Amino acid sequence: MADVPLDRVAETAATEVEDLTLHHPHSWLTRYVFSQDAKTISIQYTVTALAIGFIALFLSWLMRLQLGFPGTFAFIDAAAYYQLITMHGMMMIVYVLTAVLLGGFGNYLIPLMVGARDMVFPYANMLSYWFYLLAVVILLASFFAPGGPTGAGWTLYPPQAILSGTPGQESGIILMLVSLIVFIAGFTMGGLNYVVTVLQGRTRGMTLMRMPLTVWGIFTASVMALLAFPALFVASVMMLFDKIFGTSFFMPSLIELGTPLDYGGGSPILFQHLFWFFGHPEVYIVALPAFGIVSDLIATHARRNIFGYRMMVWAILAIGALSFVVWAHHMYVSGMNPWFGFFFATTTLIIAVPTAIKVYNWILTLWRGDIHLTVPMLFALGFIVTFVNGGLSGLFLGNVVVDVPLSDTMFVVAHFHMVMGIAPVLVIFGAIYHWYPKVTGRMMNEALGKLHFWITFLGTYAIFFPMHYLGLLGVPRRYHEMGEASFFPASAQMLNAYITVLALVVGAAQLLFLFNLIWSIRHGREAGGNPWRATSLEWQTPETPPPHGNWGREQPTVYRWAYDYNVPGVAQDFIPQNMPPEAVPLGPRPAPGGMS
Amino acid sequence: MNTAFTEHRTREPESGLATIVTDFSADQRAFRNVSWGKAMMWIFLLSDTFIFGTFLIGYMTARMSTAEPWPNASEVFALEIAGHHLPLILIAIMTFVLISSSGTMAMAVNYGYRRQRRPTAALLVVTALLGATFVGMQAFEWTKLISEGVRPWGNPWGAAQFGSAFFMITGFHGTHVTIGVIFLLIVARKVIRGDFDHGRPGFFTGRKGRYEAVEIMGLYWHFVDLVWVFIFAFFYLW
Repeated sequence: MADVPLDRVAETAATEVEDLTLHHPHSWLTRYVFSQDAKTISIQYTVTALAIGFIALFLSWLMRLQLGFPGTFAFIDAAAYYQLITMHGMMMIVYVLTAVLLGGFGNYLIPLMVGARDMVFPYANMLSYWFYLLAVVILLASFFAPGGPTGAGWTLYPPQAILSGTPGQESGIILMLVSLIVFIAGFTMGGLNYVVTVLQGRTRGMTLMRMPLTVWGIFTASVMALLAFPALFVASVMMLFDKIFGTSFFMPSLIELGTPLDYGGGSPILFQHLFWFFGHPEVYIVALPAFGIVSDLIATHARRNIFGYRMMVWAILAIGALSFVVWAHHMYVSGMNPWFGFFFATTTLIIAVPTAIKVYNWILTLWRGDIHLTVPMLFALGFIVTFVNGGLSGLFLGNVVVDVPLSDTMFVVAHFHMVMGIAPVLVIFGAIYHWYPKVTGRMMNEALGKLHFWITFLGTYAIFFPMHYLGLLGVPRRYHEMGEASFFPASAQMLNAYITVLALVVGAAQLLFLFNLIWSIRHGREAGGNPWRATSLEWQTPETPPPHGNWGREQPTVYRWAYDYNVPGVAQDFIPQNMPPEAVPLGPRPAPGGMS
Repeated sequence: MNTAFTEHRTREPESGLATIVTDFSADQRAFRNVSWGKAMMWIFLLSDTFIFGTFLIGYMTARMSTAEPWPNASEVFALEIAGHHLPLILIAIMTFVLISSSGTMAMAVNYGYRRQRRPTAALLVVTALLGATFVGMQAFEWTKLISEGVRPWGNPWGAAQFGSAFFMITGFHGTHVTIGVIFLLIVARKVIRGDFDHGRPGFFTGRKGRYEAVEIMGLYWHFVDLVWVFIFAFFYLW
């Protein structure tokens, strides 16, 4: 059963692990505000990102109101619509998903799951959050800047991004680029911490091949982010130069409103290459932590060891590596040598192989498992279904000939919302329901959680499935109304109105989650240290919530991988990673279904 | 009883690729004898490599996409010294200075590991001075070009992207050198004050000071020098 067995490992001298001097807080300010404790930083990251998430959700409401009932809301004109679309996209992808999955879950789970006392450089870790907050403030400031936030689309393609006629051309685009640069600087400080903690800061017995897949996912995503964000950084700097100094990195010769501009000789395609060299890995920077977290949720709540652990690890690494050679599949209609399309279509389809390995392994983990339909498990199952659906429409878009007619239609919007919008968000919800008891010591309300799940899961399907159909009809994305194109049947507009109503309902249902999150801090059921009877180290801390330093007097020693559930011949249905072999209670297997 | 549990306690010996994986994924540290700080600097430099690499690729693409002729770098960066017309002379001196500073840095690291306070600090200061000289000459070069009419948005000799790429890339590299000089002086101060001999906690981080900081500083400094070699090759010589 356990294919990563109980073999002894040679222990390295625990130099820094022992004499790591923790920066203990001395005042309220250093304990709760300028805290160097990864767990506090994690909560700061998560709360900030969730707040941004609700703002971005509200922006999507306004967009949907315009699409569903065009002309009804006078304040959403074409310019405002582009600003909404841009800010919604950029906020959700960079400032919400990346920040929650890496800054939030990474900070909380990496040190606890690998048995460390904290991140290796807590001070840089703290700076990482404050840079992130600064980036968020700069981004939000653009709402109040003259001309408003940029409306260049979340991809910020030049030349239109910095030309007049694009909303936010005055200052919104500058604030956006500066905010991205600050975000990247902040992320680098955090990302270095996550990577080095996983590589060099583990506790005794915790080999890389014993780590929970959550850590593998976040680790690989952090490495990818450290290599992919530089491209966005450089692209942002160059576009800032184009905007502020009048350079022509991305700007060809052009005529604006009848006047020839001073620009000339630049390459707009260069920006697209740089942007997507960041942008495609970014999809997996979001997806890989989600993959890892889902693996752990499924194993824990199905009481089964993860199927094919080593293959899961290799699949994560393979996806991470492959995602750096597929970027131009976002540019099939940008004007490239046709051979490039051939190459990038091939690599894109190859990436389906490791991804399929992961999906099969999740299903085989569930196979004959002792499945408990808890709230985290529901979200994990919802993720698998949603991700497979979104992934399959990706196969359409990955092929050049199929992609060309579908480009810039609602089909693309439906695809990426399923695969990298809804799917990771379901995991984030599942993970919050799962780890909330560790963070606060109390369970979240289960009935509210299930209601939240069903509305969100069914609702998002009802929203995004019809969008595929709209895309096949040819309804373009990024148009603030469909206009008078005669080939759209009248029903297309009805469908748009239907999607809008559902989007309002599903968005409002997230308040259930918000209420649950806040209410349970005081009124949730007492959880105890290990309510899910899970094996990984974060559930074995001496105190819940874990104090600064996590482990009390002595760091744990790890004897096994994280997936010893229902081991034959063992009296309890899980063996914690830090339980010595001689302490494992042997005896008849318990009857299945017993999660007291 | 319990055979199902106990039989998994041992595993067959591995061979081939599996051994490499097992070694790398070994207990506690993937890289034995590499401290946290050093690992962090290496990974940061990997990330920074991507930044400079992207800058250079962006510059090359701009150079290819522009329709106007590219100015001749040898002539643009030539100086008249004592009546002689010397192409690239200033850049040659700058390169020499920066490469020499890598030498003094390496010596500082060596003395640091011998825990010789004074020579370590002295060599760090020399390295910082050489770095500052480099930045000074770069400032001279910028001033000369600006006085000749080179701007980020245009220049008298051809493609506007020449000035854009020049100011952006040398500016970004010069920032790296400047930050390096500042940190060299900070490390030198810590060395001469004996922080690394007594393990004095850092002002911000609270971590005990160690002579390894000199080596980590060196990693950064050598990287900045190496990047300059590529900028020299791709921007000035091409």
